[in-house]
Amino acid sequence: MSVIEKVRPAASRPAVTREPRVTDEHGRRIRVWELALRYLLLLAVLALTVGPFLWQLSTSLKGPTEDIFSSPPKFLPGDPTLHNYERVADTIPVWDYALNSLKVATANVVTNCVGAALAGYALARLRYRGRRVATVVFILAMLVPVEGIIIAQFTTMRELGLNNTLIGVVLPGCVSALNVLLMRNAFLNLPYEIEEAAYVDGANVWQRFLRIALPSVKGTLAVVAIFAFMGAWDDFLWPLIVLSDPSKFTLTIGLNYLHGTFANDERLVAAGTVIAVAPLIALFACLQRYFFRGVGEGAVKG
Amino acid sequence: MASPTVPRVSRVRRQLPTSPWLFAAPGLLITGAFILYPFVSTLVNAFTDRRTLIPGQFVGLANFRELLGDEMFWIGLRNSTLYVLGVVPALVVLPLLLALLVQKNIPGITFFRSAFYTPVVASIVVVGLIWVWLLDERGLVNSLLEAIGVGRVGFLSDQWLLLLSAMTVTVWKGLGYYMIIYLAALANVPPELHEAAAVDGAGPVRRFLNVTVPAVRSTMVLVGALSSVAAFKVFSEVYLMAGPSGGPAGEDTTLVMLVQRTGTGLTGRVGYASAISVVVFVVTVALMLLVLRADRRDES
Repeated sequence: MSVIEKVRPAASRPAVTREPRVTDEHGRRIRVWELALRYLLLLAVLALTVGPFLWQLSTSLKGPTEDIFSSPPKFLPGDPTLHNYERVADTIPVWDYALNSLKVATANVVTNCVGAALAGYALARLRYRGRRVATVVFILAMLVPVEGIIIAQFTTMRELGLNNTLIGVVLPGCVSALNVLLMRNAFLNLPYEIEEAAYVDGANVWQRFLRIALPSVKGTLAVVAIFAFMGAWDDFLWPLIVLSDPSKFTLTIGLNYLHGTFANDERLVAAGTVIAVAPLIALFACLQRYFFRGVGEGAVKG
Repeated sequence: MASPTVPRVSRVRRQLPTSPWLFAAPGLLITGAFILYPFVSTLVNAFTDRRTLIPGQFVGLANFRELLGDEMFWIGLRNSTLYVLGVVPALVVLPLLLALLVQKNIPGITFFRSAFYTPVVASIVVVGLIWVWLLDERGLVNSLLEAIGVGRVGFLSDQWLLLLSAMTVTVWKGLGYYMIIYLAALANVPPELHEAAAVDGAGPVRRFLNVTVPAVRSTMVLVGALSSVAAFKVFSEVYLMAGPSGGPAGEDTTLVMLVQRTGTGLTGRVGYASAISVVVFVVTVALMLLVLRADRRDES
């Protein structure tokens, strides 16, 4: 019941009945049993969504002598240890893989932000022949299912001699059409008058782009950056196809390798997955707002 | 109008005629070289016997004729189709219920919303491996099942249970994403509608069916379209849980897994894999049209 007592002072309002009452955002009352039911359901879903991550964390912290298969299961490690994290680094070069993932993700962020902002601005603001065609090109590209063209992308990379390199991993998605269109919409939503004034004052196109337009779309740019980072860090199918040399693996490919080769060692795989997922959960915890905003923009306009 | 192409000398100097293309060039170049060119080349390769190291020759419809007799292709088509049928209804309905659950601004709700989104943030590889361990013969789920007397279940050894487990993982990972989409839609439903229905004596279930569902119908169609296209192209979940060869006797292979298996490596049959890709394109477009058409029929 302590949860309900923390609710805003609606309960102290002159209520017709003596029962303590809580209101929702529309001022409608929520009954106590309904609120209790809500929290009960919320906790159940919480256990289902976050529980598996915690179980993985718990497994990764269990020492070699602890039984991880016991029934009924033991949820907390009896004697927590970081031993498995040392062992996973001895088994596969997990920190090198993490560095490769970081390189790929960082490059993807930079190229997507720069490329999408430039192209988006060109589509939204600059007047020139062929702008329509350019817009259609990006819309078509956005509709192409990537899973269907991976083989041709792979042969293209081979022709360029870039397969089995990190550049090859980054290139196909380095200026995604969706991001270009997101930036275009962001620029289109800016009032034209400010740029017009700058134009009259003699600002050239670069100055207008860098000093006026770009600072006004920081929010969308942040969304592009976050999704570019997440997309590159989490990607699996493309790096799996383009990378064959174990020294070049990214974390996801390295984990797949670890799982395939040392499948019996659950503690080791658990430690590996925790290393792969922790940075993104941290990023998400800090920048939730942009994650949610990105879902809205991507779904509605994509 | 501040048109940069106004032919006045001072302005022409400020706005070089090449700069718009300079702006768009990186994006156009990447999109052209790594999306549109591979797309066209997939369509062309589908009619050749190209291999990774051999350029190949035009063979007409031979690849497609071979597909018709290829048992593995039919298995892939079956599994990818089953995946759509299994995953899409769950991903249209469950996130909506979840959105209703987290919609009201009760204390702590932002924490719950974020927590429910966590699986979306994690890589599919991490998610897949977490569930491989959870559903292991000796994993957590089986420990719990044994503790309550049900006994252990071979989630990852039976062909059909494997596919069902992979679908569960897809739904589990997608819930939070579609929940956020539904939350935005629910915010636009006027509360008066619910109040009016409540005054008329409609219970929560009736209000859900008669007020909420019609109000978010277009979002449900969107979610249906997005999730069905994604489900048909499923790769990672099944690859990780069933293994690269697609479970017992390859019976869990999906179409994209087949593309990956046939077309990569030094002996990859690029032509044949492209033909399978073309099937993936066609079905994807058909799914989109089907969902949109069903939408229009509902409306009339």
